[in-house]
Amino acid sequence: MEKNINLKLKVWRQDGPKAKGRFETYEVKNISTDSSFLEMMDVLNEQLIQEGKEPVAFDHDCREGICGMCSMYINGHPHGPDEDITTCQLHMRKFKDGETVTIEPWRSAAFPVIKDLMVNRNAFDEIIAAGGYVSVSTGGVPDANSIPIPKEAADEAMDAASCIGCGACVAACKNGSAMLFVSAKVSQLALLPQGKVERARRAKAMVAKMDELGFGNCTNTGACEVECPKGVSITNIARLNREYLMAKFKD
Amino acid sequence: MSNFLSSSIGKKLLMSITGLFLVTFLFIHLSLNALLLVNDGGEMFNAAAHFMATNPIIKIMEPILALGFIIHIFYASLLTLQNQKARGKDRYASGNSTPDVSWASKNMYILGATILAFLVVHIAQFWVKFKITKELTPVHIDIAGVETEVENAYALVNQTFGMLWVVIVYVLGSIGLAWHLSHGFWSGLQTIGFSNTIWRTRWSVIGTIIAWIFGLGFSLIAILQYLFFQS
Repeated sequence: MEKNINLKLKVWRQDGPKAKGRFETYEVKNISTDSSFLEMMDVLNEQLIQEGKEPVAFDHDCREGICGMCSMYINGHPHGPDEDITTCQLHMRKFKDGETVTIEPWRSAAFPVIKDLMVNRNAFDEIIAAGGYVSVSTGGVPDANSIPIPKEAADEAMDAASCIGCGACVAACKNGSAMLFVSAKVSQLALLPQGKVERARRAKAMVAKMDELGFGNCTNTGACEVECPKGVSITNIARLNREYLMAKFKD
Repeated sequence: MSNFLSSSIGKKLLMSITGLFLVTFLFIHLSLNALLLVNDGGEMFNAAAHFMATNPIIKIMEPILALGFIIHIFYASLLTLQNQKARGKDRYASGNSTPDVSWASKNMYILGATILAFLVVHIAQFWVKFKITKELTPVHIDIAGVETEVENAYALVNQTFGMLWVVIVYVLGSIGLAWHLSHGFWSGLQTIGFSNTIWRTRWSVIGTIIAWIFGLGFSLIAILQYLFFQS
């Protein structure tokens, strides 16, 4: 049932990449429990603009959980306290009236803060550019089912492909490791016939880029999988390890 | 090859292989220690210790074992330092509330340091006295009908476990080890890539069982020696 709540927000404010950040506390009133977290942030920003203050910068785009743009580390979780959702899908009914909500940017050396709650996630694009694609010439669109693919492989590839590259895995990881992201991107192609052709080169190039960009080393804590809005499994990480080790031993 | 060993997965593979190798050593160690609970005044244990001290395979394995420890510890330190750097300077003010993440998995380096601290005491108490200062007295036992002169390792072990503080240190060391392995065993297999949706659960169950076999096994031997084997 809809009701309205009042909240105290502790928000990270940082003027630029080099500037020193600090927390500022704001109060928002009459927030509908049916609204989303980003809508609540919109209300806060309206309020700040009315007061003649600088609104809080945060990333957002599709607001339906598929683009991976919205970030925010809320009360100890990337994307907040609900499971398997992005911040735009987080409902305000998950919060209690009068609660203090701490909102921070992703924190990882490879994701530097641009401003306030926005971080630079170009590192993920660079990893994809290093090998997360299929470069075979595919020609025209083939008939459906002309290449047989086992159902299990298709399912696992689809599950891996559900990764939206939001970076919650890196934000949650105590090691700032990007292994869940890289493993999902390697798996979605390595499992399918079209992607198998370049599997060795892909695994080597993407892992090398990941290491070069300063992401940490995975210690298999499994925190990434728990916080992943798409529930991408860490069994993909085992597959990435296999792909990489086999490619290296063949050399 | 240097390129491979400087990659994150290459370094982790070394951690995994040395870690799993150390687990196989623990199996041998625990099975020999179990002889301490045979009530024959230590004859069986002394015979086993004599075999281990004179067997050429063991002589070869000893430096390899030491190397296993050194590589494991060195790469653990290197990876931990890199991971702290990757995490960045800023910490989350709201902490980390991710559920279902085991404490051990987040504190492997601290648990490892606990085991190392124990190892220093352990080596000083036994290995140094066996091999360096040679504080063992000879004793005659019967091995397969042949009377042989062996060093009385049992007497030293028995005397050491007569001290309460030693038993407490050993129990703490064993629990630290069990905790370390409760994450370490499956994690090592995951790093090799020997895991999928089915085996992931199996490995963590097997890993937990192995961890507590060692944890309880080594603890019990020390406690029972203290309680029932003192003359």
